[in-house]
Amino acid sequence: MGMTITEKILAQGAGLAEVKPGQLIEVQIEMALGNDITAPLSIDIVRSAGVKSVFDREKIALVPDHFVPNKDIKAATQVKILRDFAKEFGIVNYFELGEMGIEHALLPEKGMVLPGDIVIGADSHTCTYGALGAFATGVGSTDLAAAMITGKVWLKVPESIKFIFHGKRPPFVYGKDLILYTIGQIGVDGALYRAMEFTGEAIDNLPMADRFTMANMAIEAGGKNGIIAPDKATEAYVRGRSQRKHRFYASDKDATYVETIEYDVSKIEPQVAFPHLPSNTRGISGVGDVPIDQAVIGSCTNGRLEDLEVAAHVLRGRKVASHVRLIVIPATPWIYRQAMHQGLFDIFLEAGGIISPPTCGPCLGGHMGILAKGERAIATTNRNFVGRMGHPESEVYLANPAVTAASAVLGRIGGPEELGVMSKD
Amino acid sequence: MRLTGKVWKFGDNIDTDVIIPARHLTTFDSRELARHCMEDKDPSFAQKVKPGDIIVAGRNFGCGSSREHAPIALKGCGLSCVVARSFARIFFRNAFNMGLLIFECPEVVDAVEEGDTIEIDVASGKISIAGKGLSFAAQPIPPFMQELLRDGGLIPHIMKRMKR
Repeated sequence: MGMTITEKILAQGAGLAEVKPGQLIEVQIEMALGNDITAPLSIDIVRSAGVKSVFDREKIALVPDHFVPNKDIKAATQVKILRDFAKEFGIVNYFELGEMGIEHALLPEKGMVLPGDIVIGADSHTCTYGALGAFATGVGSTDLAAAMITGKVWLKVPESIKFIFHGKRPPFVYGKDLILYTIGQIGVDGALYRAMEFTGEAIDNLPMADRFTMANMAIEAGGKNGIIAPDKATEAYVRGRSQRKHRFYASDKDATYVETIEYDVSKIEPQVAFPHLPSNTRGISGVGDVPIDQAVIGSCTNGRLEDLEVAAHVLRGRKVASHVRLIVIPATPWIYRQAMHQGLFDIFLEAGGIISPPTCGPCLGGHMGILAKGERAIATTNRNFVGRMGHPESEVYLANPAVTAASAVLGRIGGPEELGVMSKD
Repeated sequence: MRLTGKVWKFGDNIDTDVIIPARHLTTFDSRELARHCMEDKDPSFAQKVKPGDIIVAGRNFGCGSSREHAPIALKGCGLSCVVARSFARIFFRNAFNMGLLIFECPEVVDAVEEGDTIEIDVASGKISIAGKGLSFAAQPIPPFMQELLRDGGLIPHIMKRMKR
């Protein structure tokens, strides 16, 4: 019987010839990740267990990205727990401010996650790395602690859903729109416990940045992992970032899927997820009049250079509406510098926006752009739950960078075509 | 072990941002987290909930962020158990790893009302609603999870194995 790409990677990690959905296995991990919210608890657990060393000093990443630059004394204390632990246990991949970026943009950029790897992270968006053809999934702090000690994690082999995206994307339709559309169709638990395997012509033609966005939001459909079989684009992305050996896996033709779902992307328009679930999606033409107070471009979902380029393309020569706050958050220092060199900062600043240092910041209502009661934001982020960006009576609408930038100019949610912007594609 | 507790009822897709909002994640102290549990849904929840109470919720309980602070906050409130139609997978793992009892039982979710008292036989997964003469069988706890519970959570479990 054939296996899916997810099953093949897990079988390899478990040292087994074959695995089947439902099977409980223990796998060796290539990387374990924690941040300033989740790792302090893991570190406390590791210390309490009385162990004096971790399984591998090079295979643990500690990325203080959520409330950094430290938003208050308690946040500073949490980061210090990471810093002190990294020093004491010799953790190589601790990222201090200046090197620190949003974890799920940073690790691939640094070549720390490669195709075929098994990665766990105490952050639900760890599934992002599936875009590289790796198996990556989010866990909690106790799981991370156990992984830091043993280098292993227990997993139930998930059933896989195959998504086939046919056709050519219309202008201003990106990976974000494909995944929002998918979540809108199947619901926030539509892929619960399952692997979401993204395939088809539209995925073959999708740039890496968009693939990261899609895999990133697999968790928003309840998925265990999102995965895209690696190809030439993956190889080109990985080249030069790491010397470590990696392996391309692909699903067998006779692999078993619990479900196969097909979409024609040529019929999908830019998507907007209304409060308070990522599945509450509408096409841009059906949004109606939704005035906004804030527009956020950034996050592990859409804070990559390509996202900033799209936003800048829409904002060039335009001004943000007078009552709207535009916050742009490059996800890593490299993206920040690159955007600056390319002149994107000038465009954002001339439009009336502001540029934040890399941080998760407002995405989870941490800092750098919190909403007051009754305020409304459009954001390129990943969640629009109650209170996600601030006050429980504020609202978050999720969209791609082009729609978010256009909305900042319009002062209400709308697409770039309303401004007469032509797509670069 | 038998648990008896008063029911607090919640709907579908109770996410971890609702269970414990991210603005309070600058600590992992259970008492402090407990004070803010469910506050965006019901600001007085933490004051009203009594030790031993039980949450009964709909589909996909604990969706969203991986924060283990969510089961910590629930346990910190004194809640003995969460019964739901289904759980999001990271919350499911976290609950067993850190020792919060959870059961999947759609029938109870349909039959129970807020304020009812339910009794749970942990070993068999039998859940009864007091005064209604109704009882249901929850999904049995998978053998590996039972092992984790017996050992007192994931860390004692792996430490025991490492010593072996």
